[in-house]
Amino acid sequence: MDKFRMIFQFLQSNQESFMNGICGIMALASAQMYSAFDFNCPCLPRYNLAYGLGILLVPPLILFLLGFVLNNNVSMLAEEWRRPQGQRGKDPAVLRYMFCSMAQRAMIAPVVWVSVTLLDGKCITCAFCTAVPVETLGNASHPDLSQEEMKLVLARIPCKEIYDGQELIANEVAIRYLRCISQALGWCFVLLMTTLAFLVRSLRPCFTQAAFLKSRYWSHYIDIERKLFDETCTEHARSFAKVCIQQFFEGMSTDLAATRCHLPSKAPADAGEAAEKLLGITDRGTMNTALKSWHRCKPPLHLHPPALPTGNGWAGEGQPPVQPPVPRREMAAYYSRV
Amino acid sequence: MDRFRMIFQYFQSNSESVMNGICGLLALASVKMYTCFDFSCPCLPRYNMAYGLGIIFVPPVALFLCGLILNRQSLLMLEEWRRPQGRRKKDLAVIRYLCSSIMQRAMVAPVVWIIVTLLDGKCLICALSDSVDPKKFVGFANSSPVQVQQLLAKVPCKDDELMRNNTSRKAVSRYLRCWSQALGWSILLILIVAVFLARWLRPCFNQAALLQARHWSNYIDIEQKIFEETCCEHSRLFAHKCILHFFESMQEEIKLRSFSLPREGEEAEREEDLLQGITDQDRVNKLLKTWYYEKPALDISLATQR
Repeated sequence: MDKFRMIFQFLQSNQESFMNGICGIMALASAQMYSAFDFNCPCLPRYNLAYGLGILLVPPLILFLLGFVLNNNVSMLAEEWRRPQGQRGKDPAVLRYMFCSMAQRAMIAPVVWVSVTLLDGKCITCAFCTAVPVETLGNASHPDLSQEEMKLVLARIPCKEIYDGQELIANEVAIRYLRCISQALGWCFVLLMTTLAFLVRSLRPCFTQAAFLKSRYWSHYIDIERKLFDETCTEHARSFAKVCIQQFFEGMSTDLAATRCHLPSKAPADAGEAAEKLLGITDRGTMNTALKSWHRCKPPLHLHPPALPTGNGWAGEGQPPVQPPVPRREMAAYYSRV
Repeated sequence: MDRFRMIFQYFQSNSESVMNGICGLLALASVKMYTCFDFSCPCLPRYNMAYGLGIIFVPPVALFLCGLILNRQSLLMLEEWRRPQGRRKKDLAVIRYLCSSIMQRAMVAPVVWIIVTLLDGKCLICALSDSVDPKKFVGFANSSPVQVQQLLAKVPCKDDELMRNNTSRKAVSRYLRCWSQALGWSILLILIVAVFLARWLRPCFNQAALLQARHWSNYIDIEQKIFEETCCEHSRLFAHKCILHFFESMQEEIKLRSFSLPREGEEAEREEDLLQGITDQDRVNKLLKTWYYEKPALDISLATQR
């Protein structure tokens, strides 16, 4: 178990740095994706706005969802949220803590995409080129052009090769103007996000530190408990398999009564050790019941020796267990047949 | 205990170097961001000043906030400042020391941005091109004021059709760039001299108080880390016992062969010791609440006498 202890400590201390690493990689991937993406403005009046805003807003949504998908703790949160109460109440503060920490990490890549997009300027130039103030920047005194025709001309601003409105408004002037607006928006967005992050981080110690310590402890606990349970089940499965195979070979050798079929020569001491590790669970039905019971009715967070649970759940002291022990009666009935 | 000692030494030596490393990385990121950023002056009369000054001042604020966010000590300082007094008095000198150390590190990246911007010159040319006195430059002296404003605003844009071969544009550009670089180098010189003086003269003023403040701020940092480590260890043991008890209770109900704990004797006792009698949820919650509301006194002589 020493080896497991070291691994768990490593994972625990590095869980945060592992998630931060994934977060950083996604942010870099997001910037790289943008530079690799071949932006292609349609240069048509209504399509420009749709395309530009689509490129600005849809990839961040995808990156946000991807951030959740890549986070290992999502399944842990879902499990804790949906499990039946059993003997252990549910603490909404812990669920909120887990969700908030995941959401904060998932927000980073979308914010990077939006910032890079705005600072680059192509999207906003494409989306809002028909809204350029021609009166101030160019010659609005073109009587021949109707509104629609002017929009058609302005929509071609991002496509320098086909732009034919040089007398109306110079292409470079319009692009510089739009890009300036876009970059100003970008920097304001970056400043806003950094200020929000700073406030979120610095207001917590001022107001909710005690509750935070509690939520953090129990959310780490849930994670460790899940991993340890999986480890215990794996060990159990290994011992089960060992004993099962031994019994099979023993059975074979007694059936055939042949000397050719040698037992995999394990000493009785080994068999005893494996059997001990089985923790008394020696058949499939019992194991299935154990796994079902682990999900339906998690044990209370109370380690005093008496095996009968006293029902101290999350919600407070003195609350009786919500579910009556119906499944156990079923098990006893099952076994009485054997 | 050897393991703990190694961990202490690791944390002690690396806390400062981790923070210095982050500070350096932010400064490099700041330079990289500037070179990647596609500076595009709008070349319009009022927009130039807003854009230019915005680029000089807004990113440094964002970098400063980033520097505060990424620094672990800022959380420590806030926690120490806001905690209830409990049985441990608060030492304002420690909080001041932490605050100044955080501020110094967070200021590096913004200062690097400002200096790089000024030395490059594009920002100041953009911001101040229409505030230049047109009489000093031949090409602009003979036009009407409105036209002059328009022309001066277009100075930063070399490719503009009006400005392409205009020698006066180059004159204004050189003039502003010279001022910008002079300002940049002066700021750099003043800062370096200030830092130099601060470092050399600090031991002359109240060195003993400084040593104390530094010691106790390191102590708070290490204490926090060890508390987190101990909580991890505790929750691992808690989980282990909980799962074993779960399997135990399963067996007792189906009444199979008697279950004996796989490990008895010394190791079980050691684990009990490590759990320190905190074996249910309410006690853990109480422990965490007490840790926050009433930090223990900094006096371990009673513990050692026991």
